[in-house]
Amino acid sequence: MNDITNQSVLERHLKIVGTRPLRPDGVDKVTGRAQFGADIHLPNMLVGKVLRSPHAHARIKSIDISKAQALPGVKAIVTAADFSDLPSEFIPAGEMMVNFRDMTRNIMAREKALYEGHAVAAVAAINEAVANQALNLIEVDYEVLPHVMDVDEAMAPDAPLLHDNMFTIGVEPKPAKPSNIAKRVEFALGDLAAGFAKADVVIEREFLTRPVHQGYIEPHACVARVSEDGQAELWCTTQGQFIVRGFCAKLLGMEVSKLKVTPSEIGGGFGGKTVVYLEPLALALSRKACQPVKMVMSRTEVFRATGPTSGARMWVKIGATKDGRITAADAVLKYQAGAFQGSPVQPGCMCAFAPYDLENVRVVGYDVVVNRPKVAAYRAPGGPIAEYAVESVIDELALRLKLDPIEFRLKNAAKEGTKAAYGPKFGPIGLVETLKAAREHPHYATPLKKNQGRGVASGFWFNIGGDTCATLNLGEDGTVSLVAGTPDIGGSRASLAMMAAEELGVPLDKIRPSIGDTSSLGYNFLTGGSRVTFSSGMAVVEAARDMVRQLRERAARMWEVPVDSVIWEDGCARIAEAGVAEFKSMSLAEIAKTAGKTGGPIVANAAINATGAGPSLATHVVDVEVDPETGKVTVLRYTAIQDAGKAVHPSYVEGQMQGGAVQGIGWALNEEYIYDAKGRLENPGFLDYRIPVCSDVPMIDTVIVEVPNPRHPYGVRGVGETPIVPPMGAIANAVAHATGVRFTELPMSPPRVLAAIDTAAATR
Amino acid sequence: MAKVILSGTLRQLAGGIEEVEVDARDVRQLLRILGERFPELGPHLDSGYAVAIDGEIFQDAWFAPIRPDSEVHLVPAIRGG
Amino acid sequence: MSKHHVTTTINGDPAEFLCSTEQTLLDVLRDVLYLTGSKEGCASGDCGACSVMLDGRLVCACLVLGVEAQGKRIETIEGMAHGDKLHPLQQKFLEHAALQCGVCTPGFLIAAKALLERNPDPSETEVRYWLAGNLCRCTGYDKIVRAVIDAAKEMRAA
Repeated sequence: MNDITNQSVLERHLKIVGTRPLRPDGVDKVTGRAQFGADIHLPNMLVGKVLRSPHAHARIKSIDISKAQALPGVKAIVTAADFSDLPSEFIPAGEMMVNFRDMTRNIMAREKALYEGHAVAAVAAINEAVANQALNLIEVDYEVLPHVMDVDEAMAPDAPLLHDNMFTIGVEPKPAKPSNIAKRVEFALGDLAAGFAKADVVIEREFLTRPVHQGYIEPHACVARVSEDGQAELWCTTQGQFIVRGFCAKLLGMEVSKLKVTPSEIGGGFGGKTVVYLEPLALALSRKACQPVKMVMSRTEVFRATGPTSGARMWVKIGATKDGRITAADAVLKYQAGAFQGSPVQPGCMCAFAPYDLENVRVVGYDVVVNRPKVAAYRAPGGPIAEYAVESVIDELALRLKLDPIEFRLKNAAKEGTKAAYGPKFGPIGLVETLKAAREHPHYATPLKKNQGRGVASGFWFNIGGDTCATLNLGEDGTVSLVAGTPDIGGSRASLAMMAAEELGVPLDKIRPSIGDTSSLGYNFLTGGSRVTFSSGMAVVEAARDMVRQLRERAARMWEVPVDSVIWEDGCARIAEAGVAEFKSMSLAEIAKTAGKTGGPIVANAAINATGAGPSLATHVVDVEVDPETGKVTVLRYTAIQDAGKAVHPSYVEGQMQGGAVQGIGWALNEEYIYDAKGRLENPGFLDYRIPVCSDVPMIDTVIVEVPNPRHPYGVRGVGETPIVPPMGAIANAVAHATGVRFTELPMSPPRVLAAIDTAAATR
Repeated sequence: MAKVILSGTLRQLAGGIEEVEVDARDVRQLLRILGERFPELGPHLDSGYAVAIDGEIFQDAWFAPIRPDSEVHLVPAIRGG
Repeated sequence: MSKHHVTTTINGDPAEFLCSTEQTLLDVLRDVLYLTGSKEGCASGDCGACSVMLDGRLVCACLVLGVEAQGKRIETIEGMAHGDKLHPLQQKFLEHAALQCGVCTPGFLIAAKALLERNPDPSETEVRYWLAGNLCRCTGYDKIVRAVIDAAKEMRAA
């Protein structure tokens, strides 16, 4: 295993880790030079376009491409006929377990179109105008079927069926008839009935959340180039070049080594770019045309056809004693999976009560298919939805018990040794520290005015490790090239270079980090799960320590002393004994210069399955003002407090906290998909799918708490996902305190808020 | 003998049994023994489950060592976004 | 359909190109001139990732036709630095870590530069409302606003 934890490292004086240097890729980003997915142009390149179903649910009776094929300038057309029908095989993808049989059908519809926007055919032509013309010439014979969009409607016995081979897993006895319920899962501890019997106060509520999109500003884009001998190159915007390689190789029946995938810079992902849409289509088209094919999604395609996260219906019941101890908690979560199974209901169930130390708890989850695009991972998948519901009930309980919301959480907070609802006990975690920091923060003591309210919520995310490789190549002048395999979506290459520089004892500008393509490194799992600073960091540290060992060996050989007498300090090899008459020292640059003569190039690799990722816990505090005449909720002040374990580059940790908080604000107050009666999306654009703009939000104050993760050489915990978990609960609680009305439906957009407060006023 | 706790769906598939004692030196052996003892569990164990050994989660780590006094939980694999 | 021949000025240099009637200025910049610093986020003027200056006015290049560039003066992100000297806004964005993925950054820089040319001492509110036409999904805007205010301060002192 990869146990390189060193307690003394945690205590030693760090020179670079923990500081705020400029990111090494920054200049290219502020000058427009950095190349994102759509920024590549190759000679002889064709433009690829996708024909998409206008129906939410329809049987595809036939597709006639003959007229399109005859159009001058059209070089290739693909439909489902060009992809093998793959058998059922589950592999991990983003958050969910993905079935290849489903994936084949999602990238290109086969028997049925299962959502408006579902890809039905794709065309490659000499330019965009010809490609679009060709799409209009493809004739598809659809038999429109009744569709279903809502979880409860999809679970009803007479609901339109999406898949006639879907028999619910996880129910006893096994169902005789197919349904839209892919799976039922359950997590339980203790004795619920006994727990509720002990409670003095019990609150139960139902909640509804709507799907939201990850909202990355850069649409999906790729360029594929397949040669006549079947070798292929793919340039794409992705969170995981090795994942893309694996999926595309499988979907196209290629060997993995024949496909080289280069990740471009990525313009946002948040989980939505951990799957493939255009890539297999571009490869298939390029294979047919023997020319490079570029495919870029329009914004409307992104909304119509790429994974949002689930909408959900939930029921939560929590009981507590009058002195504030939670005695039992019960929840049922029904999540939309979209057209194919695989919603994040399982992690949602596991996350729901995770911040709390509970003896008696049960969470039941349902994964339900509906005629919407297949759900993709979105930052802490499943977690924000469940914790919105739980944190709302926790808040109501605190109010009923006349306890301060932070005190109530402190009385029940999970700590090291607490047993999670899904089984294992937690190692060291920092929830209590974040709650105390929230309580002590000046924000919490600031007085509120009329129509204003304050909300608190806590949040949790597991964080993961996974397969990771990194290489350090020592240049002949002593500078180092660091190659990592995890695309940089938030500034992580800076943190990786910082850890390498710290280990090697050299200034940061001696390390040049880059992200490798699939041919330059061993397998790397994708960027996601808040794993990069943790896992790639761990690999980089292991490689750096190996490089130090090699450098000491070379110095020892040149000095003709045993290697044990050589230490590495401040970027130099030195003789360890004190009082040696001749003080010998050799720098990294000096050893590099003669590397060829002393044994060959100095290269260090690490290839690990990083384990020991520690959860990151957070508490958010938000003040809102609700306009009683318009229902508009203004966020006045926001403080995000989170345990980072160790903040390698504090500015980028703060950035994750702020970005996640604002995504949560959008989810809470404005974002939703609006469908017409035919199941067609009415707001596939940023004007009407309203994500927060600069004037919608205040400064987001951040407090980084550090409870080190003992399993990482620098104590790092992943931080990227947890920030989106508390905001919806915190804002819903704040709005409840401002208005006296509890909102159990998201988003709390002005028309809904206004209607609710008007109703409440009328019934008073 | 290591103690294996089954929860939720896995417990159902194992006929309602919550705790199992297994003599295994690593994760791979443990999964094989569980699969043999509870045939219904087998296909599920191959994919989508991580193993928590004394609280620490191991994903896809066949040779993660299990001690005789370890407490082991099977946890759905988390991937993140 | 024959193309239009357009003569214009881009970042101070004379430029000419051929484009079809329906091609936008953004299409021309990116696919004809290979100036890919301006990004397409939505093609409908909602996200600001394609912000450029047209005769000194801040516009979304996706809402301008290629032919409209005839005889005009266009400034893109590629012209913001002078040689190897970054514009103070570019420098401050780096210092404040005001970018994460970086795809919205060119648009924000052009928009912020346009603001500071009109209002060298904007308040936080004025900065936020001016930049409301530029979407960012990564940063939550906090560090962007701080960087703009700090750059304004430095530019006033110069």
